[in-house]
Amino acid sequence: MTVPTPTPAPVAPVTTHPAAAVVARGVGKTFRTRSGEVVALEGVDLTVAAGEFVSLIGPSGCGKSTLLRLVADLDEPTSGELTVFGKPPRVAREGQDYGIAFQQAGLLPWRTVRANVELPLELHGVGRRQRAARATELLEMVGLGDFAGHLPGQLSGGMQQRVAIARSLAERPSLLLMDEPFGALDEMTRERMQTELVRICAESGAAVLFVTHSIPEAVFLSHRVVVMSARPGRISQVVPISLAATASRTDGTREDSAFFADVTAVREALHGGATAARGVDLR
Amino acid sequence: MTGGRYRALRATAYGIAALLLFCLVWELVKAVVPAAGVHVLGASVLPRTDDHAMPHVWDVVARMGRSETSARGADSVLVAMGKAGWFTLRVALAGWLVGVVAGMALAVLMARRRLAEAAVLPWVVLSQTVPLIALAPLVVGWGGRIHLGAFEWQRWMSVAAIASYLAFFPVAVGALRGLQSPTPAQTDLFRAQAAGWWRTLVSLRLPASVPYVVPALRLGAATAVVGAIVAEVSTGAPGGIGRLIISYAQSASGDPGKPWAAIVAAAALGLVAAGLVGLVGLLLRRYRYAEVSS
Repeated sequence: MTVPTPTPAPVAPVTTHPAAAVVARGVGKTFRTRSGEVVALEGVDLTVAAGEFVSLIGPSGCGKSTLLRLVADLDEPTSGELTVFGKPPRVAREGQDYGIAFQQAGLLPWRTVRANVELPLELHGVGRRQRAARATELLEMVGLGDFAGHLPGQLSGGMQQRVAIARSLAERPSLLLMDEPFGALDEMTRERMQTELVRICAESGAAVLFVTHSIPEAVFLSHRVVVMSARPGRISQVVPISLAATASRTDGTREDSAFFADVTAVREALHGGATAARGVDLR
Repeated sequence: MTGGRYRALRATAYGIAALLLFCLVWELVKAVVPAAGVHVLGASVLPRTDDHAMPHVWDVVARMGRSETSARGADSVLVAMGKAGWFTLRVALAGWLVGVVAGMALAVLMARRRLAEAAVLPWVVLSQTVPLIALAPLVVGWGGRIHLGAFEWQRWMSVAAIASYLAFFPVAVGALRGLQSPTPAQTDLFRAQAAGWWRTLVSLRLPASVPYVVPALRLGAATAVVGAIVAEVSTGAPGGIGRLIISYAQSASGDPGKPWAAIVAAAALGLVAAGLVGLVGLLLRRYRYAEVSS
């Protein structure tokens, strides 16, 4: 890309207010392995406002998935302070403040599509009728209303991923954590899913923390793109996306010159770091 | 599903064809190989094929139809096979049930604590290297001393205990693998839902273990039958296939069809036991989907 575009200056962290979905202050994570200590994250300061879509992007090993797992309380930070809606991550997890989706759909193959979507509700003792109503609503939302009775093995990878996203929305979380949910999909499906996700998020008003390898994906979905660098994993730059409001983004947005400008801005931010360019898909 | 029925029909047809093929090869060997067997430089290469060592298939079948002994009113060999088989089947089934419960319990324990896995698994493997025949008299000896109120240890219980000793092994190992089979995405999901260990066991690990457990159950059923028969032989327990094998073997020289009938009975018993477990697999078929490829 040789299009000259102004590189946006790094944005100062959004001021903390009580409604912030995620607040990280100096968060670090060190893993102990046999070959010594590995610093996965260091000094991460980040605030995700309620309803905001923030993508984490960076080369392999930059700690973006680790950061997401810390927010989800699937791992614990070794330093710093992390709150989810003002609460410690463990409390937020136990209170079901977030929904989560991974690169692997992780559906239970013995359950129907409907029963998979109902799983979080079932685990938390929601009544049968309410579960059924919510699952129907969600499956309509992700366009799988006709597949409620199917088993996951009968669906394509993209459809399975849509089920996983419906499941993550089951309890109307005000925060969605997504770890490369479209990473295993083909380009066509991927773009369609992105468009759907933008719509779903606009409808639900949830904040999203979205891990991805793809620059166009991050730009298309986000209000802000957090660019990370590896060894040790830290935030190198935060790129605000200047596109139209996320709700009004459509497939046409991908051919917008503003879209390309933002893609370039994120790419240059990635290249700014010493080792940043490696391991990034320019999809 | 018609496809399923067609598959089952085809499997049965193949099974019968294999049996017929076996009989054909048997008769072929009898026809081609000289009666005294084949010797190269004084070493026996192929066994004797005379009517004593290898009776004709139809002779064995015919022998099943005739009565067991010359005594008046004696059962036919086939009826004796059926009675002994029924007896051993029940004992083996009892042993299998105990083995399955013990195996599952051990697997859950090992899945719960890594420490338990490290401590128990070597013993589980080691247990199978102890020869069954060495163990059988000990079990009978211990059992004979058990009296709890009205309960008195029966000899068939010793046989069942030995059968369970063989059956628990494949179940414990298979179930452990199955309980550990959920993907990180699945276990992370349950953790993210704040599901406790028991809830995760019931809703995720147990259902996920079914594809591993069902073959282990079938294997366990076959080993329980073998264990029961060997235990009957080595403890001299009456009434079952084990006793049939011993008593029929004694008439091998004069009545060569009889010992083969006992062997046929043992083989048939194994098939019936595996078939019964197949029914369990049928009940659990919803859980026997291969892992989703995503």
